[in-house]
Amino acid sequence: MTTATTGTAAARAAGAAGKPKPATMAQALQRAMRDAMAEDPTVHVMGEDVGTLGGVFRVTDGLAKEFGEDRCTDTPLAEAGILGAAVGMAMYGLRPVVEMQFDAFAYPAFEQLLSHVAKMRNRTRGAMPMPIVIRVPYGGGIGGVEHHSDSSEAYYMATPGLHVVTPATVEDAYGLLRAAIASDDPVVFLEPKRLYWSKSDWSPEAPAPVEPIGKAVVRRRGTGATLITYGPSVPVCLEAAEAAQAEGWDLEVIDLRSLVPFDDETVCASVRRTGRAVVVHESTGFAGPGAEIAARVMERCFHHLEAPVLRVAGFDIPYPPPMLERHHLPGVDRVLDAVARLQWEAQS
Amino acid sequence: MDSLQQRSSTVQEPPGAAPAHRPTPPPAWQPRTDPAPLLPEAEPLRVLGTEAVADADPALLLRLYAELIRGRRYNTQATALTKQGRLAVYPSTTGQEACEIGAALALEERDWLFPSYRDTLAAVARGLDPVQALTLLRGDWHTGYDPREHRIAPLSTPLATQLPHAVGLAHAARLKGDDVVALAMVGDGGTSEGDFHEALNFAAVWKAPVVFFVQNNGFAISVPLAKQTAAPSLAHKAVGYGMPGRLVDGNDAVAVHQVLTEAVARARRGGGPTLVEAITYRIDAHTNADDATRYRAAGEVETWRAHDPILLLERELTERGLLDEDGRRAAAEAAETMAAELRERMNADPVLDPMDLFSHVYAEQTAQLREQAAQLRAELDAEGEA
Repeated sequence: MTTATTGTAAARAAGAAGKPKPATMAQALQRAMRDAMAEDPTVHVMGEDVGTLGGVFRVTDGLAKEFGEDRCTDTPLAEAGILGAAVGMAMYGLRPVVEMQFDAFAYPAFEQLLSHVAKMRNRTRGAMPMPIVIRVPYGGGIGGVEHHSDSSEAYYMATPGLHVVTPATVEDAYGLLRAAIASDDPVVFLEPKRLYWSKSDWSPEAPAPVEPIGKAVVRRRGTGATLITYGPSVPVCLEAAEAAQAEGWDLEVIDLRSLVPFDDETVCASVRRTGRAVVVHESTGFAGPGAEIAARVMERCFHHLEAPVLRVAGFDIPYPPPMLERHHLPGVDRVLDAVARLQWEAQS
Repeated sequence: MDSLQQRSSTVQEPPGAAPAHRPTPPPAWQPRTDPAPLLPEAEPLRVLGTEAVADADPALLLRLYAELIRGRRYNTQATALTKQGRLAVYPSTTGQEACEIGAALALEERDWLFPSYRDTLAAVARGLDPVQALTLLRGDWHTGYDPREHRIAPLSTPLATQLPHAVGLAHAARLKGDDVVALAMVGDGGTSEGDFHEALNFAAVWKAPVVFFVQNNGFAISVPLAKQTAAPSLAHKAVGYGMPGRLVDGNDAVAVHQVLTEAVARARRGGGPTLVEAITYRIDAHTNADDATRYRAAGEVETWRAHDPILLLERELTERGLLDEDGRRAAAEAAETMAAELRERMNADPVLDPMDLFSHVYAEQTAQLREQAAQLRAELDAEGEA
C-alpha cells in the first residue's frame, strides 16, 4: 500500500544528482503517454486538438512531434466518431488512448461507450477485448463556463465492463495512466482539471511505480473518522483533516483512486477502526457515487459504526455558472460541518 | 474519381477575375471543385437484362444463383424457426438476398464485414456457420463466433454504430501496412443516425479503405424513406463528405457484386471510401413482431415480387442456356440440405452455464463480481439439492 509519500523515494534518488524539478499533473500524464508510446507501438493517442496544439490543457504536448501524426492524431470534431473509430482500431490490435477534451463533451460518445466499448468483451465471450483508455478532464473549480465542469463519474460507474479511475496526485497521474494503458479492459480515466497544475517533486526521470487499478490508498492516518474521497476532493479533505486537528478530531483520509473496481477492503478496514465515515465528492449527491459508497460501507460495517455514514457532495443542480461554483463545490468548511455532525461528543 | 481523391486539396483557382461590382470572396474561401464526379448516377446501375450482362463471367453468375437460392431458403427456414420458438426474432432479408450475397462475395478473405442485425445472411455467405450466426437471435449468447477468426464484427443492433468501427479498423489496417478493406452495412433508417455521418466524415478525412453499403429496402420498421430523408437519394449524401456515391439495383445480384467489387478495389488501392446505395425491398415484415399490412399495401409488395432477385438472375441464366431443370433442382436440393441441417441443429437445446454470466465482463473478475458469482453458485447448488 502506498501512502502520501509515494514518489518521494524517487525524488530523493533524483535529489542525490541534483534537486528534482517540480512536475505538474499535466506533465506526468503526458509523460505516461510518452513512455507507453515509446514502449509499445500499438499505443495511439487521438482526439480533437491533441496533435499540433498538444491538447487544450497541453496534456498531449509534443507527442505528435515525437511519434508522428499517425500515432497522435487530430481527429474531426465528433466524440462518437472518435470513440467509435477507436473501437475499430482496438479490434485490429491497437491500444487507443482517446481524449474527450471536457467532461460534458463526452456525452455524444455515450452510445459507443455503453453499447460497444463496455460490452464488446462480454458480447464476444472474451474473444474481443477493448483495450481503450478514455481520458476525460472533469470537475469544476477552474472557472469554466457551462458544459465544462461536470462530474460524470456516476454514469460511468453504473456501466458494467468499464473501469473508472481518477488520480489525485502527480505520482498517481503517471502510475494510474500507465496501468490504464496497459489494461486489456476499457478504462475511463477521469482527470481532475483543477489539479492539472498541482505540483510535486516527482521526477519524470525516475517515474513513480505503476499502481494496479483497484487499490485505494490511505493519504492520512487517523483514528476518529474516515473521509472517503477521490480526485479533486482529496486535497480538500486533507486540508479539512489538518484543520480538524485543532478541534481534537483525528481524521483518516482515503483516496479511492479507482471507483470501479471498488476497494471495499481498504475502505472497510478504515471505517471499522474509526467507526465514523463521510464520503466527499464534487458530483451531485442524489444517486451519485457517494450513495453507492455509503451503502457499501453500511452493508459491511454496520456493527462498527458509531454514526450514520454522511455524504458531502455537490448540490443536486446542473453545474452552476463559474461565479457561483464556490457555493456548490464541497469545501473545507462543509466537510468539517459534516464531521461535527458525526455525533462527535458520543465518542468516549 | 481517383484523380480527384488524390489531389492534396479540393480547392481550385477561380475561373477568372471577379467583376468589379462584386465583392471579393472572403480570404479563406475558394470555389470548390466540381462535385460531379462524386455524384451518383441518375438511375441505379443494372446489369441483368442489359447488354452489359454479356461481359459477366458465367461461373460468377452460377455461383450467385446457387447462393441466392441457399440464401432464400435460409431466410424461410430462420423465419420458420421463430414460429417454433427456436429463435426469439429473425429480421428476414427475403427479397434482399442479392444485396447480402453480392456484397459478401465482393470481399477477399482478409477483408472485414461489419453487419447490422439484419445482415445474418451476409455473414453466412461469407462462410460463417449458420448456427453461430444465429446465437444472437436465439438468445443463448450475444455473438456466437470469434470476430477475429472470421473477420466479421458482431451483428450490431444499435443502428449505424458499427460504421465508425469499420472506419477505425480499416484505418488501423492501413497504418499497419495491410491491404485490408472493411465493408460496413446499414439500412436506410440507419442513415439518419449521427454515427452514420460521423463515420462517413472520418473515413473521407482519413481516406480509410471502407465501403459503406446502404440497403434501402423502403422502410425503417414502418417509416417510409420519404419520412426518413429529403435527400435526392441516400447515395447523394456521399458528396457532402467528399466521397463518391453509387446507386445500384439491389435486386440485381450481378450489378451489386460489380459495384461493390469496384468500390472494394478502389479502397484497396488507396482511393478512399465509397458510399453505395442499393434500391431493394423488404418482402417480409420488419420481424415476426411487426404487422406490415398496417403501413403498406399488398399491391406494392406484389410489384416487388415481380422484380425478385432470384427471378431476375434465373431468367438470364435460362436464356443463356447456363441453367436447366437439372441445375435448378441441384441448387434447390443443396439449399434444402442446408435447411434440414440448420433445423436439426437448432432443435437441439443449447447447453448453457449460468456461471458464464461473470466470465467475460472484465479480463479479471473484480472482487464485486467474485462475490456475486459465489452468490449465484450457492443458488445453483441449492437448486440442485432441492
